[in-house]
Amino acid sequence: MDELLRDFLNETGESLDLVDAELVRFEQDPNNGQILGNIFRLVHTIKGTCGFLALSRLERLTHAAETLMGKFRDGMPVTAEAVTLILSTLDRVKTILDGIERSEQEPVGDDSDLIERLASMARQEGIPRQEHPARQESPSPQSAAEEAPERAAVESRAAPAIEAGAKPAVEAVDKPAAEASEKLATHSIRVSVDTLDHLMTTVSELVLTRNQLLEIVRRHEDSDFKVPLQRLSNVTAELQEGVMKTRMQPIGNAWQKLPRVVRDLAAELDKDIELEQHGAETELDRQVLELVKDPLTHLVRNCADHGIEGPAERIALGKPKNGTIRLSACHQGGHIIIEIADDGRGLDTARIRAKALESGLASEAEMAAKTDGEICNFIFAPGFSTAAEVTSISGRGVGMDVVRSNIEQIGGTVDLKSVSGTGTTFTIKIPLTLAIVSALIVEAGGERFAIPQLSVLELVRAGASGEHRIERIKDTPVLRLRNTLLPLLHLKEVLKLGTADSEGGFVVVTQVGNLVFGAIVDSVFHTEEIVIKPMSSKLRHIGVFSGTTILGDGSVIMILDPNGVAQALGRAAQAAQTDAPELKQSELDAAEATVSLLVFRAGSQRPKAVPLSLVTRLEEIDCRRIEISDGRHLVQYRDQLMPLLRIDTETGLKREGAQPILVFSDHGRSMGLVVDEIVDIVEDKLDIEVASNRPGVLGYAVVKGVTTEIVDVGHFLPQAFEDWFRNRDGIAARGARSVLLVDDSAFFRDMLAPLIKAAGYQVVAVASAADALAALNSGTRFDLVVTDVEMPEMDGFALAEAMRRAPGTAAIPIIALAAMVSADAIERGRAVGFHDFVAKFDRTGLIAAIKEQSAGVEHAA
Amino acid sequence: MQRDTMNDPTKLTEYVTFSASGQLFGLPIERVQDVFKPTNITRVPLAGSEIAGVLNLRGRIVTAIHLSARLDLESRAPAAAPKGSAPMAIGIESAAESFGLLVDSVGEVLKLTEADREPNPINLDRKLARVSSGVFRLDGQLLVVLDVDRVLDLGGEAVAA
Repeated sequence: MDELLRDFLNETGESLDLVDAELVRFEQDPNNGQILGNIFRLVHTIKGTCGFLALSRLERLTHAAETLMGKFRDGMPVTAEAVTLILSTLDRVKTILDGIERSEQEPVGDDSDLIERLASMARQEGIPRQEHPARQESPSPQSAAEEAPERAAVESRAAPAIEAGAKPAVEAVDKPAAEASEKLATHSIRVSVDTLDHLMTTVSELVLTRNQLLEIVRRHEDSDFKVPLQRLSNVTAELQEGVMKTRMQPIGNAWQKLPRVVRDLAAELDKDIELEQHGAETELDRQVLELVKDPLTHLVRNCADHGIEGPAERIALGKPKNGTIRLSACHQGGHIIIEIADDGRGLDTARIRAKALESGLASEAEMAAKTDGEICNFIFAPGFSTAAEVTSISGRGVGMDVVRSNIEQIGGTVDLKSVSGTGTTFTIKIPLTLAIVSALIVEAGGERFAIPQLSVLELVRAGASGEHRIERIKDTPVLRLRNTLLPLLHLKEVLKLGTADSEGGFVVVTQVGNLVFGAIVDSVFHTEEIVIKPMSSKLRHIGVFSGTTILGDGSVIMILDPNGVAQALGRAAQAAQTDAPELKQSELDAAEATVSLLVFRAGSQRPKAVPLSLVTRLEEIDCRRIEISDGRHLVQYRDQLMPLLRIDTETGLKREGAQPILVFSDHGRSMGLVVDEIVDIVEDKLDIEVASNRPGVLGYAVVKGVTTEIVDVGHFLPQAFEDWFRNRDGIAARGARSVLLVDDSAFFRDMLAPLIKAAGYQVVAVASAADALAALNSGTRFDLVVTDVEMPEMDGFALAEAMRRAPGTAAIPIIALAAMVSADAIERGRAVGFHDFVAKFDRTGLIAAIKEQSAGVEHAA
Repeated sequence: MQRDTMNDPTKLTEYVTFSASGQLFGLPIERVQDVFKPTNITRVPLAGSEIAGVLNLRGRIVTAIHLSARLDLESRAPAAAPKGSAPMAIGIESAAESFGLLVDSVGEVLKLTEADREPNPINLDRKLARVSSGVFRLDGQLLVVLDVDRVLDLGGEAVAA
């Protein structure tokens, strides 16, 4: 039998047994998204494999089942009959598999009955209740399907069981042997994997004991044991290496299927793709090998499907007609590095950005702060897929999150680098073996801990002075590291071993998924190969430890789980790890959207705040650099003279030390607002409850329970440069374009009007849709309308509809402002004639949209 | 199984006796793996107060439980040795894991008749009553028989901690 087919039968048999069990659990607990996710992935894997083995009957059947389960995942209620239907589908799948095992080809048969029912159930989004009894009374297709495969199921279950026992042993010894030569086969014997695993554990113990003995002898200068112990030590090392070797297999074994996968995909997609393999002989532990097989296959399929362009497109781009996927593996320290690179089009960051916004993975403001690399990482988020259409190849976005979670499960990391037009490279870093890991031993609060080396990026020595100084924003410690601001935590505090006293120590820069943070420890010892021992059941509930280990000196230390430690970072960590379903919920709460506010003190003790999105940068400037010219404070900043302004006369400039300032930049000009102290960055709803008449203050809002002055940045900009808003008058006069701004919130009117003005437009701001219509009909010519979507009485959609009905205003482009841009809103907006949708705090986005739309008008005119 | 043998009134059971915070306790000898002097206990941050830490006993990792803290005995005997300096430990095994009960001192092994074992006095401290499977009246003092599995059942408390 074809080896691919045999592997498929084995794997699928095991998967199906799992699905059976999981489904039953799922029926009892239909709200458990995790179980559903498991089932969905298993079925997805089966479907995917069927696809490239050309098992069309199976593929159709599993595709239909997957569609239905996709609906469950999207929130369709789970009924008992739906589960029964899926179970009977699985039974049918088993019958077909059984047929394949006997005859090596798909048995002839018709599954349209099941497919039809799966599809209709998926369409109906749940069957009305009254149909329940009717369906249960006439379960003829079900029971027929259930009875027949009963036997088949037993057989197919038994088969993999026997295979599973025997096969790994065959794999361990037979495969390389078969590849080498017939002669070698006589020199190899079959050993069960259990025996090897047991040997491995015993050797691990031996290594520990050896380490302890060495430690003891080290304390006695001239011991008789020294020489024999040295020999014992060498022998132990050899033994360890030998046993490890028995478990090692070349990574090429995991690649075996890939050439065929690529060939079949290339044929299906009508592309020319070559697969290069480098370093296939690189060896790694068979347990790890098994676990990376699927992620590798998935990544290669992704490269072929999404990465490589069609031949015509490639030739047009001046690339060779054949696309190349390059697989390479090499050892690096105790790790193996696997790279999957294609020379295709690279990731479409704009589309990923839009998609991530749409699915609520990040807000517009967060997005603006992200680099392209960080945006690319969104493809690893659960439920994320940029493929516009769901095809059987690209799948439904169950792919990349599974890839990442599978790799992280074995203590590995996956990274990607994408250059638009040149290609994408995925880099997977995994430990060679799972039993022994390299760990960094650190001390915090008088106790030693082990941190798995894999998650440690670097060590930074931090002191009160010197290059790396731990700074604080309110009570949150941070570290400037090259060009990033690294969130820090005191390990001592996380573990409640005392309070952080000094600002010195070492910062262990740690990576968990996409989150990078620094853990402050008192001292760092060395790295050591440790054998991971499971955590005591009485201590497992403490999230920050992943296990225990015995060090060379015989003492027991705890192994820190970087994931658990990251939880202590609180919100930040959660944001990076929140699952998509929860975010969907937050999308529903869009009406309660929060805003990031920078809270600071200047002059009076009352806290002041500005929306963080308006602030370009926070700086601390050496007071000696502040110059006074013509009664104004200036500072040289980025090769320009930047004026410094005070919020009110009470705010004094410091005479020495560092002066904190908020920098606002626009059109290449910067202004610094002098503050006494930056207090915090908070997420809160922004409701200006009391308006203010004081210049420079928009009003008062309650931010995190404290009455806070909301500062009007627009007031300060013209003070810095008298021509801040006038410098574009020339253009404005020529174009004489005018914008009607409609927003019920005075805050936004006051914030946006100066902004649009600054971009060179005339602005009329009104507070309601009714006022807007009145203004439009007053005879004043407007080239563009910018309107808030959510307004009382008449909302943005209604305003657009009203404008479209009146001939005089029908042609005016409309830009909609929304607190949260959702797919539904965009759809509805398009229907009523919005030309563009911009998130409320996206200043640059708004100006770009205004320019684009008014340019269109000019063009048309 | 253990219960059955205990219920046979004529049967003699051997108890390892030990004291913590001045109270005498007994454990059926078959539940005791070994008695050892705990050294080099590693504290486990964030663990409940009854967890003294973990230690290495001949290559096995043992979770040390402070019996006095586990049973809230501390307040009753303020003169008792401070936490963490318990001189002896009773090694027990449960569900393939090793535990050590830290106690102040270990006494002799007593052979006692099941018939003499009396039920817990109804006014016994609730925390103590939960882990006690009876009391023996010895000359001069009372011996509380511990139910190991209940002593190790930190369950809810540990999670809450």
